[in-house]
Amino acid sequence: MIDVSFQLKGSALTVVVLALIDYNPKTLSAELKEKIDQAPHFFDNSPVLISLEKLENPEKCTALIKNAAPLVQICRSLNLQPLGFTSVPEVLLASVQATGLAVLSKPSERALKIPIQESAKTLEAVIEERVVIEERLVQRVSKVITRPVRSGQQIYAEGADLIVLAQVSEGAEVLADGHIHIYGSLRGRALAGVKGDVGARIFCQQFEAELVAIAGNFVLQEALPKELFKKPTQISLSGEKVIIEALANS
Amino acid sequence: MAKIIVVTSGKGGVGKTTTSAAISTGLAMRGHKTVVIDFDVGLRNLDLIMGCERRVVYDFVNVIKGESTLNQALIKDKRTEGLYILPASQTRDKDALVRDGVEKILNELAKDFEYIVCDSPAGIEQGALMALYFADIAIVVTNPEVSSVRDSDRILGILQSKSRRAEQSLEPIQEHLLLTRYNPIRVANGEMLSVSDVEDILAIPLLGVIPESEAVLKASNQGTPVILDAETQVGQAYNDAVDRLLGKDVAHRFLEEEKKSFFKRLLGGK
Repeated sequence: MIDVSFQLKGSALTVVVLALIDYNPKTLSAELKEKIDQAPHFFDNSPVLISLEKLENPEKCTALIKNAAPLVQICRSLNLQPLGFTSVPEVLLASVQATGLAVLSKPSERALKIPIQESAKTLEAVIEERVVIEERLVQRVSKVITRPVRSGQQIYAEGADLIVLAQVSEGAEVLADGHIHIYGSLRGRALAGVKGDVGARIFCQQFEAELVAIAGNFVLQEALPKELFKKPTQISLSGEKVIIEALANS
Repeated sequence: MAKIIVVTSGKGGVGKTTTSAAISTGLAMRGHKTVVIDFDVGLRNLDLIMGCERRVVYDFVNVIKGESTLNQALIKDKRTEGLYILPASQTRDKDALVRDGVEKILNELAKDFEYIVCDSPAGIEQGALMALYFADIAIVVTNPEVSSVRDSDRILGILQSKSRRAEQSLEPIQEHLLLTRYNPIRVANGEMLSVSDVEDILAIPLLGVIPESEAVLKASNQGTPVILDAETQVGQAYNDAVDRLLGKDVAHRFLEEEKKSFFKRLLGGK
């Protein structure tokens, strides 16, 4: 499927931003060290983006206009890894570029600029791009209900299992794409595997259901086995037949 | 902080208004300043049961609409010190109960009263939803028969999902079960659900069991809260329920058929 040795992707990352307000190479190092010492592990080898957006009076920062390399040095000496600069004022552009680090525009500017200005330039490259859709099973966290599910209430665990730690009253309905576990009486309706998962099961502590269904195959109360009434029960599907049986060791 | 108690059931005719009158009177008798509000706009009854129907000038809806002050609408009970009644309107419908208006009145009442008892109408429409929305405590009145129990279950679901405490993820409403019109003889004959059947289905703590009795009808017709009839089993059962509501540990009574009164019954007594 892939005939090149790399992939080009856009990605959003979270990085630490060092926002300079004032630049004084002598005091900056000490101040920064003090901050880092508060959480040495957090900052150890941490990539940082240096933002000059909040820099006051950039045209007066003569030291920085002349040479931005010492700023990068200060960061490296404190075990930070400067990635680049952002929100660079005009007067500082030359010295910042001389450090060899990336100069990023503001995030919002990028978002606005790319589609308008660069679409024409990158048109040829875009044609080469391929969309690879990978089908992957997404595991969702089971839904846990701790209070009784009352008559008239409906609870649906989408793409997940449903666990009810109380009763499901008559006239209530519980549904799940996965299994349903009820640690109490099941007096209402329970529908497992509603999106067609034939492997889904229903487990309950006291079986008094109005209706049970697995993947659309349902059994009504009158067809439920009387000997399992109020007993711990599990319901599964075999072919198109709904199997209702006592839970083992009960 | 005033406690707001809703007396609710879902089903009609189970004894909500009788219970609201009894519980509010019982709280006031024990020295807690209490107001009872009739939320059954359009079908008001509470004033009849409290025996103050001739003293109604302004009502709940008048206050919501700003047509009268709260003090003008509040009726002071003549029998019980520290008890006030806010009657419902007979001429409007339940849509007049808007949430902001109800909230404003409850906030104002909360400054003066220890307990605010809301007598809910039957059903699950606007009037009932407004009565339960602001509640801290719910008394779910249930008769020992399947349709009443089913409706109570439904109301419990609504308390859990549509009340202010549910919407704001606060501590849930305290739920209490009050079983009314309980007749041990009919339970023994299998004509009624037993206390344990109902407790098993609803799974909430039992506040009290009120026996079925003619005393209730008699008291209602006279406009006297039945709890004042301390001679009767019903009056005693309601008094026990109020004590339990206030945290006292009182044993449940009147659950069994009374053997002693057999001759009395033969002779036509109660």
